[in-house]
Amino acid sequence: MSRQRTLAGRNYGPIYSYPMGIWFSLFFILPIAIIVTYSFMKKGLHGGVEWEPTINAYRQMFTSSYGKLFLRTIFVTFTATILSIVIALPCGYAMARSRHQTILLFLVIIPFWTNSLIRINAWIAILGNEGFINETLKRFGMITEGLPLLYTQRAVILVLVYMYLPYAILPIFTAMDKFDFSLLEAARDLGATKPQSMFKVLLPNVRSGIVTAIIFTFIPIFGAYTVPLLVGGKDSYMIGNVIVDQVTKIRNWPLASAFSMVITVVSTVGVLWMMGTSAREAARMKSAGVKQESGV
Amino acid sequence: MILHGPGNPYQYFLSRLSKKKPTSEPARHARRAFQSKNRISLSNTVMTLSVLFLFLPLAVIVVYSFNKAKGMIWTGFSLGWYKKLFLDSDKLWSSFGNSLIIAFSSSLVATALGTLASIGVNWYRFKARIYIQTVSFLPMVLPEVIIGISMLIFFSAVNVPLGMITIFIAHTTFCLPFVFLMVLARLDEFDFSIIEAAHDLGATERQTLFKVIVPAIMPGIMSAFLMSITMSLEDFVITFFVSGPGSTTLPLYVFSMVRYGISPVINALSFVMILGTMAIAFFLRNFLKNIAASK
Repeated sequence: MSRQRTLAGRNYGPIYSYPMGIWFSLFFILPIAIIVTYSFMKKGLHGGVEWEPTINAYRQMFTSSYGKLFLRTIFVTFTATILSIVIALPCGYAMARSRHQTILLFLVIIPFWTNSLIRINAWIAILGNEGFINETLKRFGMITEGLPLLYTQRAVILVLVYMYLPYAILPIFTAMDKFDFSLLEAARDLGATKPQSMFKVLLPNVRSGIVTAIIFTFIPIFGAYTVPLLVGGKDSYMIGNVIVDQVTKIRNWPLASAFSMVITVVSTVGVLWMMGTSAREAARMKSAGVKQESGV
Repeated sequence: MILHGPGNPYQYFLSRLSKKKPTSEPARHARRAFQSKNRISLSNTVMTLSVLFLFLPLAVIVVYSFNKAKGMIWTGFSLGWYKKLFLDSDKLWSSFGNSLIIAFSSSLVATALGTLASIGVNWYRFKARIYIQTVSFLPMVLPEVIIGISMLIFFSAVNVPLGMITIFIAHTTFCLPFVFLMVLARLDEFDFSIIEAAHDLGATERQTLFKVIVPAIMPGIMSAFLMSITMSLEDFVITFFVSGPGSTTLPLYVFSMVRYGISPVINALSFVMILGTMAIAFFLRNFLKNIAASK
């Protein structure tokens, strides 16, 4: 849809929009540009960089010492994302069909808006050596010594799913809410089994919602910092933790910038995929929707 | 370029946020009939379990905030940790003060800039329109660590000392995209012929802006403002990088409590913060769907 309106005789668009554009150019684009530049520079002695172009940072990043870190980050990210989506699909469906949508949205949004550290702290209190689960089991005499639940990779995955489940539920719910559920009944009437109607009618129709949910969980989990730091052990570090250590402790800015580039590129590719899916759906709806709109 | 042309995916993504569902009346009746008979199903079970999963940790924390003893063994009811929280936690409250200052100032600036920009983008065509749309989308999707680190490196590259100012800039930056999107979603429902009428009746641009457009989209602006406040109050990762000495915010203080020895005061604080969140969500209940769509 293109709007061309200059009724008052003047185009005020730039006056309204440039302040934000300038703000983003200064405080978002410029910092990212600096990171890109720094990733191709030589490491300075005490932090900072020396203006000498090199690809050392990238070479260092792809040495074997960081191979395990990449594999672990990818494993944790994929596991947590897939779990979130698998749980979120039936949740979004149940919410979209429920008569108590506002209450359910409320219930999903409250934990989602509660401070992330408070939520992580709750899990530490539950999983810890003298935490809720261990103390309860001890009281009932089922164990005598605390189970090592916290500071494991499983704990990291569990808490990541906990933190990002609402990010998966909300877009799926939004997509399903727009779905016309009588299509499912039509499919059943035409002889489709229930799984068939789900997989061949419902899921393709909410595809862009699912893609959005994948992107909105995958990207923040891929760049997770707090969760691996607080509920993971030393061997559950992810890329985010290494970036922070490189900047604040080891002060190798080019290497930190190179790692940041990896996350930025992966995120951007994901976002383009999401936008592409939306665009295809828009095109499809445009060709299919002509009849529908003329009927209204 | 992918963002040009009538099938602009970005535009579509935005319009999707506010689009009404294409259900016709009979279909909706059928849907309602279907709803009532199918109560216990796999999806409802998963939904219930998920809500329990989301709430149980918070419930445990709330219950144990009333525990007499320090650990996770129940020894009796006590309000001691609340007393300590409200009467004996000066550092915590001064960090909360910092949080409030930053939340209000950055939300105000973000709401002003974001609202103006969304009106401009929705109403006019001009150079860099696509640039502004795309750029405003990115900070929302990049992981917080990247935004934090890039700002930290930026501020030290241009020699700005870290402190309240840098936190303010960072918070404004990550709140802006949400304001922009939420107001834009509201503008999409807005009947623009009203503006044409205002212009025809001789209103100046400024009069149209403040007397017609802004009042009409006020609910959107208010929810965007409150959303910014919540996000600013809750942010830890980005703040962690751009804060300096003397600019500890509440999440930073909570982080140090979580990291270096857990005091049950944090449980009491959790309950207070959960109540605060519920109050804001209750206030925003009419916009919950819009918020769900813009997240």
